[in-house]
Amino acid sequence: MTEHKKDIDEVSGVETTGHSWDGIKELNNPLPRWWLYVFYASIVWAIGYMIFMPAIPSLPGMGVNNTPGLRGHSDRAQVAQEVAELRSGRSEAASQLVTASLSEIENDLTLQQFALAMGESAFGDNCATCHGAGGRGAKGYPMLADDIWLWDGTLEGIETTLRHGIRHTDDPDTRRNSMPAYGRDGMLTPKEIDDLVQYVLNLSGREADQAAIDRAAPIFATQCVTCHGADGKGNRQLGAPNLTDHEWLFGGEPRDIQQTIYSARNAHMPAWQGRLDDPTIKALAVYVHSLGGGEK
Amino acid sequence: MDILGKHGKLERNSLVLTVGILIAVAIGGIVEIAPLFYMENTIEKVQGMRPYTPLELKGKNIYVREGCYTCHSQMVRPLRDEVERYGHYSLAAESMYDHPHQWGSKRTGPDLARVGGKYSDEWHLDHLKSPQSVVPDSIMPPYAFLAEKKLKFDDIGAHLKALRATGVPYTDDMIANAKADLVAQASPNADFDAEDALVARYTEAAGREGTVRISDFDHNPREITEMDALIAYLQMTGTLVDFSTYEADDLSNRR
Repeated sequence: MTEHKKDIDEVSGVETTGHSWDGIKELNNPLPRWWLYVFYASIVWAIGYMIFMPAIPSLPGMGVNNTPGLRGHSDRAQVAQEVAELRSGRSEAASQLVTASLSEIENDLTLQQFALAMGESAFGDNCATCHGAGGRGAKGYPMLADDIWLWDGTLEGIETTLRHGIRHTDDPDTRRNSMPAYGRDGMLTPKEIDDLVQYVLNLSGREADQAAIDRAAPIFATQCVTCHGADGKGNRQLGAPNLTDHEWLFGGEPRDIQQTIYSARNAHMPAWQGRLDDPTIKALAVYVHSLGGGEK
Repeated sequence: MDILGKHGKLERNSLVLTVGILIAVAIGGIVEIAPLFYMENTIEKVQGMRPYTPLELKGKNIYVREGCYTCHSQMVRPLRDEVERYGHYSLAAESMYDHPHQWGSKRTGPDLARVGGKYSDEWHLDHLKSPQSVVPDSIMPPYAFLAEKKLKFDDIGAHLKALRATGVPYTDDMIANAKADLVAQASPNADFDAEDALVARYTEAAGREGTVRISDFDHNPREITEMDALIAYLQMTGTLVDFSTYEADDLSNRR
């Protein structure tokens, strides 16, 4: 280690590092004051942070906990408190909503608006993914904004569907009725299915092959009437759709109908009880009921 | 202030400087690492968490392979808005068997930590084949090819074994039957003994009922595709821990 003698730069009057590269020297300026003070401040801040906030884990005698700090802060405790505050802020209207009947909700403007606002936002988060924004539906996902209901279009009925889902295996109270896969399981021959397609086309008032209709009539009478009814108008108790209208959840082209009979559709809607709380489910029911086709 | 003025000496002697750097870094390291040696646990105690079944694990690998994590995080943060939208905030315990974990803050698409059971298998199938068919405004690319690609799983036993080396508690039984378990989970009503064995194995690991779902996830009973695996994985995410028994108020579960 060699002592270096002080070497002052003539122009700036600042000490240099003493090194010289081809006659070029480096100034040894001190750190800028503002930088230095910020650095010291951050050290003070770090010490203060350790005192005020949770810091050192599992010191002897503390078990698995951190030193709690003077503030005793916990992100998780805070979010629990915020959610609890939110719930209690809603609790009065929410408990009123859970037990309210349709006419009570319709006659109480404040309650109705509360339910619709809550329902709309929950619908966007949870339901619009399948049923589309505003309940416009898609192929395989029923439109909720019309007045055609597969199971039940009353407020209570919609709430039951929301709670228990449709063909949701884990829920014993789910809406459970399924159509057999007539083709895949070998219950009908491909020829018989083709005839049935003509029969169904005829039911919905479209042109179809009369000979095929005649051949399919006894098949329809034995296989289909139990759920869809002799006139093909369906049965909501069993979730069997009306075959005589022009609304087709899985498509109304001959190919779609053939596919439906061959392998059955039996769409599944998850049960929301447990995932959503009671007020939210009721609010969703009110919202869906209000979309266009809610029944008394 | 005399010490501060001596830094010139430190900087002019490389050996002293190296030793000094070593000491400074070691202090930082000890502060960060040492508590992990004497702390009992950094992970919450929960009911229901189990290693992934072979089919779910394959699905997770496809999830990683396709880079789903570049747009979807799997971490519900402890913030009111997130808890309201997605459900209970994520626990460390929920990703303790993840190698690698799927945390993140980049959400071009929604968080998927609690997507399991939220939608039907059919929806996942439609959505993965063509996202815009169910969500018109979606910018997600289609993954229809997953339904065409046969799942390769000859090496699944070795895969479980490798994960066990990293600390995932797969039993010898699970490793020996990995292939049979994978087939059983994607083939409902085919071999009831195999299904029961699968459910028994992973129910025991979870310590509670109902964490294993058997289904023909891609609605194609003829073969097991990558779509089967991915949907099986997605339908499981966030459903394992039983939050009715989780004590959020316990001091050791505070963060």
